[in-house]
Amino acid sequence: MDGSGLIRSFPLPSEIADAPGAEGWQSMYPFYTRFQPEDDERFWFYNSMHFPEPMPAFDTITAEIPYTAIGANTARVFCFPTTLGIEHRIVNGRVYITAIPVLDPAEVERRLAVFNERAGYYFDNWDRLYESWKTRMRNLIAEIEAITVPELPELEDSEVVTRSTGVAQNHYVRERFHRCIDLYSKMWHHHTEFLMLGYGAYVVFFEFCKQAFPEIPDQMVARMVAGIEVMMYRPDDELRRLARLAVEGGLDDLFVDGCDPAEVLAALRGRGEAGGRWLEAFEQARDPWFHVSTGDGFYHHHRSWNDDLTVPFSALPRYVRLAREGQTLDRPTETLRQERERIAASYRDLLASEEERAAFDQMLGLCRVVFPYVEDHKFYCEHWFTSRFFQRIREFGELLARQGVLADAEDVFHLHHTEVDQALADVMLAWSAGGKPLGGAHFQPIVAERKRMLEALRQWSPPPALGPMPKALNDPAVKMLWGITAETIQAWASAAAGAGLDEREIGGYAASPGVVEGTARVVRDVNEIGQVREGEILVCPVTAPSWAPVFGKIKAAVSDIGGTMSHAAIVAREYGMPAVVGTGQATARIKTGQRLQVDGDRGVVRILDGG
Amino acid sequence: MADTDQGSQPRVGGAPLVLPLAAVGAGDRPTVGGKAASLGELVRIGLRVPPGCVVTTAAFTAAMRAVDPEGSLVRQADRLDPDDYQLVARVTAEIRERIRAAPLLAELAAAIAAGYRELAAHDVDAAPVAVRSSAIAEDAADASFAGLQDTYLWVRGGEGVADRVRRCWASLYSVESVTYRLRRGWAATAMAVVVQRMVDARAAGVAFTRSPATGDRSVVTIEAAWGLGSAVVSGEVTPDTWVVNKVDGEILRRTVATKLRRHLPDPAGSGVLDEEVPRELQDRPCLSHADVEALARLACLVERHYATAQDIEWALARDLPPDRGLFLLQSRPETVWSRRQTAPVATPKPRAFDHVAALLSGRGTAGGESRRP
Repeated sequence: MDGSGLIRSFPLPSEIADAPGAEGWQSMYPFYTRFQPEDDERFWFYNSMHFPEPMPAFDTITAEIPYTAIGANTARVFCFPTTLGIEHRIVNGRVYITAIPVLDPAEVERRLAVFNERAGYYFDNWDRLYESWKTRMRNLIAEIEAITVPELPELEDSEVVTRSTGVAQNHYVRERFHRCIDLYSKMWHHHTEFLMLGYGAYVVFFEFCKQAFPEIPDQMVARMVAGIEVMMYRPDDELRRLARLAVEGGLDDLFVDGCDPAEVLAALRGRGEAGGRWLEAFEQARDPWFHVSTGDGFYHHHRSWNDDLTVPFSALPRYVRLAREGQTLDRPTETLRQERERIAASYRDLLASEEERAAFDQMLGLCRVVFPYVEDHKFYCEHWFTSRFFQRIREFGELLARQGVLADAEDVFHLHHTEVDQALADVMLAWSAGGKPLGGAHFQPIVAERKRMLEALRQWSPPPALGPMPKALNDPAVKMLWGITAETIQAWASAAAGAGLDEREIGGYAASPGVVEGTARVVRDVNEIGQVREGEILVCPVTAPSWAPVFGKIKAAVSDIGGTMSHAAIVAREYGMPAVVGTGQATARIKTGQRLQVDGDRGVVRILDGG
Repeated sequence: MADTDQGSQPRVGGAPLVLPLAAVGAGDRPTVGGKAASLGELVRIGLRVPPGCVVTTAAFTAAMRAVDPEGSLVRQADRLDPDDYQLVARVTAEIRERIRAAPLLAELAAAIAAGYRELAAHDVDAAPVAVRSSAIAEDAADASFAGLQDTYLWVRGGEGVADRVRRCWASLYSVESVTYRLRRGWAATAMAVVVQRMVDARAAGVAFTRSPATGDRSVVTIEAAWGLGSAVVSGEVTPDTWVVNKVDGEILRRTVATKLRRHLPDPAGSGVLDEEVPRELQDRPCLSHADVEALARLACLVERHYATAQDIEWALARDLPPDRGLFLLQSRPETVWSRRQTAPVATPKPRAFDHVAALLSGRGTAGGESRRP
């Protein structure tokens, strides 16, 4: 970048004006998410990886709770030497974050001693602790699955008297709602318990590879550590299995493009033994694999496959076709495993000395220990647990709708969780008094206004970062989770200053190799995923791995945010299609229908035609 | 020496004067020089090298005996003060003049003519060859001495070849060569000369089996331009560049340069023409994806054979299909990075986890840092 393109600061938080038509958006979010005047002195970046859309009020819980958990683990539990936790702020509906560093060397030293002891214990006992983690997580999932929302009958069940439980149903309304929030919080504490340690191991190996082989592509590092039997691949694997079963049972005529899941299931019930076998296999696959979210669990509208069967049923016809043509639908796991070992052995051989090889073995070994967690936790946490969590909240929404507080059950997601608490208190009081809840008149106008504001906020283009350029960026979380490095920030700065690449080119991370041309399909929101056509290039704010069926259709993937370890990058490599991630601006600059060239070798997307 | 039949080769005092490249190998460096030894080695492992022969140091020694029977001139040259430019220039000019003027020994002239006929095959009088110095110290890993001695390109006909062989010998006594040796305290060595069929190159250049920019061992860097490789080696053209990953053969980076000049055989018959590249070719990559992949594979083969990083010259023949047109012209050990002493990127630590602690405490993974007590 030349001198003219150099900028010292992104817009300051205090300089951000309310998005037109969304004045008063602040009323949707609690005071502790508001930018303060002194925040102008720090560097913040837009977390568009997790929060690519404006936040509905309830959904801010997917920022609030993860950040209470991640910071607790890094700052207080494991005592990371150079970093405390992550602060977040919301402006115009978008979540900006910054990490608080530890700068005093004596303090770093003191924290390091504690970190060595505590994190060392986790690494030394990783497999055993991870096994117990899975048990704890399954228990949390079982508990959230078991929660029911009280019916609030006219008269209490007689058992309340005969067994003298002494507690009426309205009590459980609040207890169970709180329990949902508490379980969600615990899930996130568990989620981040291992996460940063796992990423630490990966960053060590990554940095080593980059120093030993300055030209090594990020994806080669990723391929050396990637797992083969990864839970996130299972939902898609299950679909392939069901497709095969449909062909074997002579049921393939039912799976045609645009088929209606309810009609197909009804028809299968009339197809004798083969139909019965398929339905049985289908039910088995659904729990847990169809709890996979169509997004990544950070928004209430990221519904699971179980919530919306049209998602898996839109992928089935293609797999059925392939199975009928006799194609093997299994992932070539043995080939993938051999290729992974070959790559690792090749780089190992290329090292300069036996000493370096010994260090390489230690670091790669550690990555392989932590990777089952790094890759699989997402299914347990963001998918399985979170799909169940949103189902429960939706059921509380149904209660509020039945009580006339909300016009529609889905409207519950336009209230902050503390406001839902208030709405439920109102319902509890009204039921016990025999009166009517007052919430309808209070909340329904608020919900209508918020829906309108969210639409206006959707039109706002958030700057990738706010505040002064940081001097250094050494937080492994920021680097690994968000793919943000000093170079990324420079690139954003130069894009903001109108310098940088050719105006038809958009740069990002070369996440998966290859060069292809094709037609763009910009998908800003997971609900638009059905619009993707065979052979198009997916352009999205964040690539979510649970979009796996879409990966079977597309030619290449481009995202605004994500590092080479984003799961999408891994899935793209798995499918052998080019991917460029972390572009910062692809969805803002590319329009559906434009011809693109995606160069996954260089990390460049080129717009080939006008528009 | 390679154990091929050398019974038919002309000899002086038992040593052959001219040998086919295919008959020499790495162990023959003292008699054929680094360049010929390396080319012979490449032929021996089955790689495509243009046919050629080497005029051995025995031929040089015999010629020098005729030119300077007492050896007094050469001894005088070895004792010169490298800072006395005038004297160095005068003494070396005399040696060069004598070498160039002396007729070749009859058996040597016959041997060179036979060697030329052999590589010219059916194209007896017109086959273009390169005549290159192959000094004994040249191309060794410890002395990158290249470029100080002469190379003649696109030479045709036995007479012309004999003349260029003498000029190559003379170049051992160029002012630059002598000064270079004197400064290092080296005595004059002998000189061999490679005579090799030339490839009319569509494109040519170099390949490094380590990144010249970063020293990275996992990539092959290819530089190429239109025409003969001399334009690239001499730096007269900014070449196109490809960086290829050795591990999966993927092209990591391609930089297409505006290539303004190219070297082509002079249509007048012999010698090389330096001309402007036609406008429509200037910005076009001079190699295809397949060319680059083939070249990278070839470079890896050579590196594997020598078990050390190589600096390779190659050419892609204009009139041959790509699968038969890629020729190796030279390979020598890479010297810049392999001579550099670098600390290991990391050394093993007591526990694997200690690497994480070191990184997260802001100390990086850098070499040899043991944990503090």
